[in-house]
Amino acid sequence: MREILIISGKGGTGKTSLTAAFAHLAKNKVLCDLDVDAPDLHLLLAPEHESEVEFWAGNEARIDQDTCQQCGLCREMCRYGAVIEHDDGHFSVDSLRCEGCKVCVSFCPDEAIEFPEKHCGQWYISSTRFGAMVHARLFPGEENSGRLVALLKQEAKKLAEERHLDLILSDGAPGIGCPVISSLSGTDLAVLVTEPTPSGRHDLERVASLCDHFKVATAVIINKFDLNSEQTASIEGFCREKNYPVVGKLPHDKVITEAMVQRLAVTELAETGLSLEIEKTWQKIMQLVP
Amino acid sequence: MIVTVASGKGGTGKTTVTASLATIWQSKLLTVDLDVEEPNLHLFLHPEIETTSTAEMEIPVLDLSKCSLCGKCAELCQFKAITMMGKFLMTFPDMCHGCGGCLAICPDGALSPGRRELGEIIRGRAGKADFIMGRIRIGEAMTPPLMNIIKDEVAATIRENPMDVLIDAPPGVSCPAVTSVIDSDVIVLVTDSTPFGFHDFVLAWEAFSPFGKPMGVVINRAGLGASEIYRFCADKSLPVLAEIPYDRAIAEAYSKGQVITTVSENLRELFVTLKQQIENLAAGAGQEADHA
Amino acid sequence: MDTEIKKIAVSSDGPTLDDKVDSRFGRAGGFVVVDVATMTGEYIDNGASQVMAQGAGIQAAELVAGAGADVLLSGYVGPKAFQALNAVGIIVGQDCDDFTVREAVERFLAGKVPAADGPNREGHS
Repeated sequence: MREILIISGKGGTGKTSLTAAFAHLAKNKVLCDLDVDAPDLHLLLAPEHESEVEFWAGNEARIDQDTCQQCGLCREMCRYGAVIEHDDGHFSVDSLRCEGCKVCVSFCPDEAIEFPEKHCGQWYISSTRFGAMVHARLFPGEENSGRLVALLKQEAKKLAEERHLDLILSDGAPGIGCPVISSLSGTDLAVLVTEPTPSGRHDLERVASLCDHFKVATAVIINKFDLNSEQTASIEGFCREKNYPVVGKLPHDKVITEAMVQRLAVTELAETGLSLEIEKTWQKIMQLVP
Repeated sequence: MIVTVASGKGGTGKTTVTASLATIWQSKLLTVDLDVEEPNLHLFLHPEIETTSTAEMEIPVLDLSKCSLCGKCAELCQFKAITMMGKFLMTFPDMCHGCGGCLAICPDGALSPGRRELGEIIRGRAGKADFIMGRIRIGEAMTPPLMNIIKDEVAATIRENPMDVLIDAPPGVSCPAVTSVIDSDVIVLVTDSTPFGFHDFVLAWEAFSPFGKPMGVVINRAGLGASEIYRFCADKSLPVLAEIPYDRAIAEAYSKGQVITTVSENLRELFVTLKQQIENLAAGAGQEADHA
Repeated sequence: MDTEIKKIAVSSDGPTLDDKVDSRFGRAGGFVVVDVATMTGEYIDNGASQVMAQGAGIQAAELVAGAGADVLLSGYVGPKAFQALNAVGIIVGQDCDDFTVREAVERFLAGKVPAADGPNREGHS
């Protein structure tokens, strides 16, 4: 079983469009959208839900107004500014600021604070024209996406074993924080999609050092490489120095957006220079995870 | 006025819009890069750095000689930063969320406040504006604590010396994005009109509209993709504050680290008008509040 | 080895000795705690660790220690869990995920699973 993760550090580099194209090209795989904060892969793959499960995680404090004696200790102790004192003297918890630390619950002298679990989103096993897909949706503003990522990875693996598939292809989250760290765990190869811009280069370095930190092998795709040849050369130099194989240099092409509007992978459209390069890139990726 | 520039997904042009606004802003301004995972604003504004400091948060430090192994701290900790392993008490500082509960509950005085490095805070000046950014330490999983420290610094700065604040928020709709918009006066949502852009824009609208803050939209790469975004904005009475045309010259300027107001006079005008629109949006909300 | 090995905990996909070893430690489905003298197993559920937002590895380490295990066999053990298990003197054997619980225990007893001197997975569960 191999796990390939497509990530980018910076958003908008074309990561999801490329993941969809690879999903079209790859054989015997389970697809997994780990970009749970803003999942987009489903827009191109039109998954039909086979099963749907509620995702519950974490807890939040809730003050029972009948029991509360309005002493204000909770507000004093909360380090997140989540307890609000209202003009009429009653207190409530702002769930958006509540960290779920339970300090107010433990110290309330009147045992007036409850600590229920939170329903944070839904996750799905679906079928698509490219095969099975595991994905999720967090409710807006909900956190715990690191845990949801771990759960999706585990479900994708289970599904792959059940259906005798030997590859998990995942679309990862942007950034270098908790969800990305979670998505790296157990990954055989992280494919970093970057673009020849100052932000693209800067974020590539940060996400690559994260992969090094967690000892995950990396390969790099320079998307829209023809936008700025100087930056492209400098990214290639960086990759050589760090020994990251550059598995693809893809031209800037509006066909990516056209494919998106038609809700197709770019490789499903008529053959273009770009689609041929994507096919070559995919072959190189597969050579890295024999 | 505190203006936060946010977007449901990365790569929509959020930083481009922030940088452009910063360069045409006439009144006193503090620009803030709160995208601490991937701060990029400095790559366009080229601030002169004045100070760099390390940001830390409080974590517990255990003095085993005073610990009676009562286990109350481990029982309270929701993040497994303190745990009882048989007859050992262990701390895992990386896991700590800094709630302070363990320090408060320990009956033996065995826990004292220590520090964990979150990242760095960089201050300087970009043109006429003050500049502040955070950069999270590689491997640090939590961004809101660092963001909150920066927000506290921003609040202290404008208390002392009132000025406008322009915040480049992290992309997305989860906790860090919410942390950055929650205390602002106006939210500017940047999107492109591709299906991905539109989809993530709707998520952002759903996440931020409960705050009841005035919100406006900047459509980047206008003309690429579909028109559903305009219908959505009309339906929700969301003003479209500006449309930035799709133009390869803009993409190339961006790739060279240029602020796009330098590309053409038209683009410069576009951002001057956008700033005016943002002010109107803030003022309109103020009037509504007065009526209420 | 200084002490006699009486109980071996194995992260497991299911409740019996013939179930597969779960490659994950912190987010394993559960643990089969095998009594070496009788080669019988007792299953402990790890559901509580699986639903944790963070710290699953540490919670699972508490569970294994609480069950009185002398040895823990799994696939991957992260640094925090490793540190916790190490602190209470539990021997950790890794890379057992291609086997059943019974096979993993037999391999350990035959000296084919080395006691790990560090985690084989970088942090963050």
